[in-house]
Amino acid sequence: MPLLEIRNLHVCVEGREILHGLDLTVNAGKVHAIMGPNGSGKSTLSHVITGKPGYQITAGRILFKGEDLLAMGPDQRAAKGLFLAFQYPVEIPGVTTMNFLRTALNAQRKARGQSGYSTPHFLKKARTVAKQLNIPQSMLKRGVNVGFSGGEKKRNEILQMALFEPDLCILDEIDSGLDIDALRIVADGINAMRSPDRSIIMITHYQRLLNYVVPDVVHVMSRGRVVKSGDKQLALELEASGYAQFEDAA
Amino acid sequence: MDLVLAKAMPEDKANAERAASNVFAAAQGRLPGAGRIAAIRARAFEAYERVGLPHRRVEEWKYTDLRVLMRDVLRLAERPDASALKRAQAAVDQAAFEGAIKLVLVDGMFAPNLSDVAKIGKGIDVQTLREVLESSASDALAGLVLSTTTDAMISLNTAMATDGVVVTIAEGKALRRPLHVIHVSTTSSASHFTRSYLHLGDGAHGTVVESFVSAESACGYQANNVMIVLVGNQAGLSHLRVKADAADAVNISSEIIAVGSKAKLNLFDMIRGGAVSRYQDFITLAGEGAELCVNGVNLLMEKQHADTTLVVDHAAPHCVSRQNFRAVVDGAGRSVFQGRIIARPDAQKSDAKLTMRALLLSDQAEADNKPELEIFADDVKCGHGATSGGLDESLLFYLGARGLSENDAQALLIRAFLGEAIEGIANENLRDFATSQTERWFKARR
Repeated sequence: MPLLEIRNLHVCVEGREILHGLDLTVNAGKVHAIMGPNGSGKSTLSHVITGKPGYQITAGRILFKGEDLLAMGPDQRAAKGLFLAFQYPVEIPGVTTMNFLRTALNAQRKARGQSGYSTPHFLKKARTVAKQLNIPQSMLKRGVNVGFSGGEKKRNEILQMALFEPDLCILDEIDSGLDIDALRIVADGINAMRSPDRSIIMITHYQRLLNYVVPDVVHVMSRGRVVKSGDKQLALELEASGYAQFEDAA
Repeated sequence: MDLVLAKAMPEDKANAERAASNVFAAAQGRLPGAGRIAAIRARAFEAYERVGLPHRRVEEWKYTDLRVLMRDVLRLAERPDASALKRAQAAVDQAAFEGAIKLVLVDGMFAPNLSDVAKIGKGIDVQTLREVLESSASDALAGLVLSTTTDAMISLNTAMATDGVVVTIAEGKALRRPLHVIHVSTTSSASHFTRSYLHLGDGAHGTVVESFVSAESACGYQANNVMIVLVGNQAGLSHLRVKADAADAVNISSEIIAVGSKAKLNLFDMIRGGAVSRYQDFITLAGEGAELCVNGVNLLMEKQHADTTLVVDHAAPHCVSRQNFRAVVDGAGRSVFQGRIIARPDAQKSDAKLTMRALLLSDQAEADNKPELEIFADDVKCGHGATSGGLDESLLFYLGARGLSENDAQALLIRAFLGEAIEGIANENLRDFATSQTERWFKARR
């Protein structure tokens, strides 16, 4: 059984159809890259998978571990093991990063019927992971993403991914706004998460990230559909020839 | 139509006044103080009667029209009997604040057996209003305690106050433990009035908590409490108040406060209960270099109406005032914040800041924020800001995507929203107490 299976997905926003019958299958343990030009529906896809309000699903289905994902709220999806690293992580003044991480992790564990982490156990875990990602302790005491640079916000997303240990990670333009050093740290964080049970979907415009996190499967999205799938070679071809050929194909 | 209205309104007012007159007349035997005190009361009642219950055309009461919300003044509550005191005890236990010295007023009467008077330390004097008004030795003090303003509800209180606590902290003394004045209502469909007094001598320090609660099954009561507060030069007072009245009760609390030179007053006002609640504080920064920090939180649901109205009068130079109000309004609740800052001609280098923020959790929720500045001095720094709005959808989705249920995500954001006002409480124990009070609201909201 695939970890994620999307069949004939049609999605509208404010009456306009953005996804026109999208199909996608992701098996456990695989790293997928979804590439495509601006406006091809990549972010819409990530939002629909995670349950952001404001999208009407007019046809199709999404199965996650064989269960109907669309029937679940965002929090239930997270508890089931789904994680989205946001393209634009939000700032939450007044909620410290540490408090947020613990609240979120324990909410997920509770929903799965697991016991909550004790404070010392959690702190130790959070500090260890933060250190690996080069996130200073002082950042954990600040409001979530408040005053963080673009790179710090992205690293904070990877920190959450590492702590929550999800089964499917969707990384929406995790490489945008990162300089080369930050990209390497983030890529190391992603690679450390690779495991036979975990799948990763990277949404990106650029080949660059894929030099550091080598995908098993590459998809090209154009005009609301997956128009071509292949291996890592496909990304290199795209880098050479651009998206225009697929715009015509779609 | 106009003719009918014109006829009907004076008649309504007349009915309400007749009711108040009857209440005042019937209460005579219960009101302590004769001679001069009785004359002060009679004059205060006349002052009240001239204007009656405040209504929307009285600017200070524009958003809290007591003619509509309260209609009339109910009969004076009976003196609490043994069973009332027993019910009050249960409410006191619930409201108690760890480590504090309790002073309990039940239905407007001091309840010595529920209070900890014996634990009060040296240099701290606690009397009841009744004692002060009935003793000829304390004539001057009586006059101070019965200080008044032009406000109708304070006038009514002067006329009707049955009891209260009169606390004096001597010069240079410090309260070792917080005082906790607990107002308990056990009565239904009746009114009660307390008048209290708190005086910190020069260099004195203390923490005073005030809770307004009800005993089980008490409903539809009207509470009217006034406290006169004098903070001496270089003295420091932390004063925290929480209104958690019965769901259909009316509670109007007024404070007249004077803050001396280089003194510090840290004030926190919370409303998390009652049908109609109002704090009205008239604060004069009377001595040079006085510092005031006020934080307020209104937590409302259903049809609750909560009003926090402050007049901060910078009457001396170099005074600092900070006011920070937060309202969380659910259901068809209505929150009112009115803050007026006055900088008198002599109050040069006044530094005043006023912030009001409301979080509206439903389409029927309403918040009225009214900041006012009256600046007569030319070298001052005064600012104000007011905002209102709902919870940010993008934050809610982010938290949802991290596994928080909608309820938990809302609660986390509401706590963060309140955080800044609660952080403003200087004393850590009081901060914890305020936080525990907000948690009770969250519990009730579920």
